[in-house]
Amino acid sequence: MIAALAGALQYEFMRNALLVGVLVSVATGIIGTFVVVKRVVFISGGIAHSAYGGIGLGYYVKYMLVPVLFAGSAAATNPQPGYFPIVGAGIFGLVAAAIMGYVQRRTRQRADTLIGVLWAIGFAIGVVFVDLTKGYTADLTSYLFGSILAVQRGEVFWVLALDVVIIVAVSLFYKELLAISFDETFATVENVPVDTIYILLLCLIALTVVMLIRVVGIILVIAMLTIPAAIAGQFVRNMKRIMVWAIVLGMVFAVAGLFISYALNFTSGASIVLVAGAAYLISLGVARLRSAPAIAAPTQPFGPEGEGS
Amino acid sequence: MSENGSDRREMISIRHLWAGYEHEQVLEDVNFTVYEGDFVGMIGPNGGGKTTLVKVLLGLLPPARGEVRIVGQPVKRGRRYIGYVPQIAEFDRDFPVNVWEVTRMGRLGRRGLLQRLNKEDDEIVAQALREVNMLELRDRPIGELSGGQRQRVYIARALASEPEILILDEPTSSVDPQVSVSIYELLNELNAHVTIMLISHDVSVMSSYVKTVGCLNRRLFYHNDRELTSEMLEQAYQCPVDLIAHGVPHRVFAEHGTIIHEHPTEGEE
Repeated sequence: MIAALAGALQYEFMRNALLVGVLVSVATGIIGTFVVVKRVVFISGGIAHSAYGGIGLGYYVKYMLVPVLFAGSAAATNPQPGYFPIVGAGIFGLVAAAIMGYVQRRTRQRADTLIGVLWAIGFAIGVVFVDLTKGYTADLTSYLFGSILAVQRGEVFWVLALDVVIIVAVSLFYKELLAISFDETFATVENVPVDTIYILLLCLIALTVVMLIRVVGIILVIAMLTIPAAIAGQFVRNMKRIMVWAIVLGMVFAVAGLFISYALNFTSGASIVLVAGAAYLISLGVARLRSAPAIAAPTQPFGPEGEGS
Repeated sequence: MSENGSDRREMISIRHLWAGYEHEQVLEDVNFTVYEGDFVGMIGPNGGGKTTLVKVLLGLLPPARGEVRIVGQPVKRGRRYIGYVPQIAEFDRDFPVNVWEVTRMGRLGRRGLLQRLNKEDDEIVAQALREVNMLELRDRPIGELSGGQRQRVYIARALASEPEILILDEPTSSVDPQVSVSIYELLNELNAHVTIMLISHDVSVMSSYVKTVGCLNRRLFYHNDRELTSEMLEQAYQCPVDLIAHGVPHRVFAEHGTIIHEHPTEGEE
C-alpha cells in the first residue's frame, strides 16, 4: 500500500497535483475562515458559479476569436485551451463579486434572491458561450468537477502568486476585515469604509474560487471553502488560529483525497471533498461529545458581575 | 451655570427632525438637545422611533427633513465623537474573537486603512477595559462571557474610541435585574467624564440613575431639566405608552443620585 502510494509520487502529474492541492489550501484556509464567520457561503457559491460564464467566454475567445483576429499566431494554432478559460473565470468571478456585493448593499430586501438570479445568469452565459464554440469543448466537465491531475508546472507558480496576493491583502486589511465580519454597524460608525472592504473580501473570495476550480471544480468549490474553517472553528476561538488549522486541514484533505483517488481510480475533486466531508461529520460528533460535560458544569469562574449589587 | 444648562456645550442638537423609511415617517418633528455632562434616558414603546433616532445619530439613516448636529458638526463627521454600544442580543456568540480584540475595534476610527494600532492604542484599550472591570478577562472569547460581561466589553469598546458621547441601545435588554443595576452604576461613574444617552424600555432601573428622561413615541416628550421630579415623570409617563405603566415604582431622584423616596404603584390603575 505504502509502496504503491510512494510509487504514485514518481509521476510528475501526481507531484504537481499534490503541490497545487497544498498551495491552494493556504488561500482557502485564510479566505474560508472569513466566508464561514462572515456567513457569506451563499454569495461565494454565486461567485463560483458565475465564474463559469468566464470559462465559456475563454473557450469562445480562444477558439472563435483568436484564430480569426490573430491568425497564424502561437495562440491560434495551439489546440489546448491554455489559460483562456481560467483567466475568463477570474475576470467573471471578480466582476460577479463586485456586482453581487454592490447589489446586496443597495437593496434592502431580497438580496439572496438577486444573488441567486445572478448566480444562474453567470452560469447560463457560460453554457451559451460553450454552445457557440461547438467542437472544442470535450474537457469542459473538468471545470465543473476539477482536474487537479492535469495541472501543469506553470500553474503551480500562478497558484503561488495568488497565495501571496491573498496573504498580503489580508494582512494589510486584517483589522478592517475582522471589524466588518464581527460588527458592521460599529465599523461604519468608526468610519471604516465597510462597502469597499466588503467588496475587497468578495474579490479575494473570487480569486480563491478560481484556484479551487482547478482542484475540485466549480460545483464542489463551496465544500473546500467552508469545511476546513468550519471544522477548525468548532475547536478554536481565535481567527488566526482557525486560519492556521484550516490551512493544515485543507492540505491533509487534498493529499489524502488525491491518494484515495489514485488508489481507487475515483475523480480527484470528489475524493478530496468526500474526505473533507467525512472529517466534518466526525468533527460535529466530537464537538458534541466535548460540549456535553461542559453543559453539566458551566464554566463561570469570575467576573465583575454580582459584586456591585 | 444657568438653570436649564443652556450655557453648557451642545453635544447633540436635533432641530425639526423627520425621519423614517420609504412609506412611513417614524420620527415627526423631533427637537432635542443633549448638553455636555447629561445622562439622558430615552424611553418609549416598540415602533416609537427609539432605534430610528439612534440610526439617525449614527449616520446610518439620513433624515428626511431637519438638521442633526453632533458637537456642532454634521453627523458623518461628528459621529467620531460618539461611542456606540449596540444591543448585545444582536451578536453571533460563536464568532472567534476575544475581549481584547473586540475592544481594540474601538480604535478603528483613530487608525485608518494601512495604519497599525500601536502601543498608545493598546494602553487606551487596556484603560477602557479597566474602567469596566474586564481587563483580567482580556483573553476570554466573547462567546464564553455572560450577558452582563459582554455588555461591559461593548461599553469598553465604545470607550476605547475616546468618545465625548456614549450612545447605548437597550443596554440591559438581555441581562437579569442585578446585572442591570451594576451596568447602570458603571454608567453613572462614566458619566463623570462622558455625556451619555441611552434608549431603553426598562424604565424601572433607568429612572433612578439618569438625570433626564425623554419619552419617544413618534414625537418626543422631553424636558431638559437636570432633576427629575415626580411631576415630570408623571408627565413623561403620560405619553401614549402602555408598556411602561405596569408595576413600575416611580422613583424620584435628587441631586447626588440617591433615591430619596419611592412611592410604589400609586395612580397606576
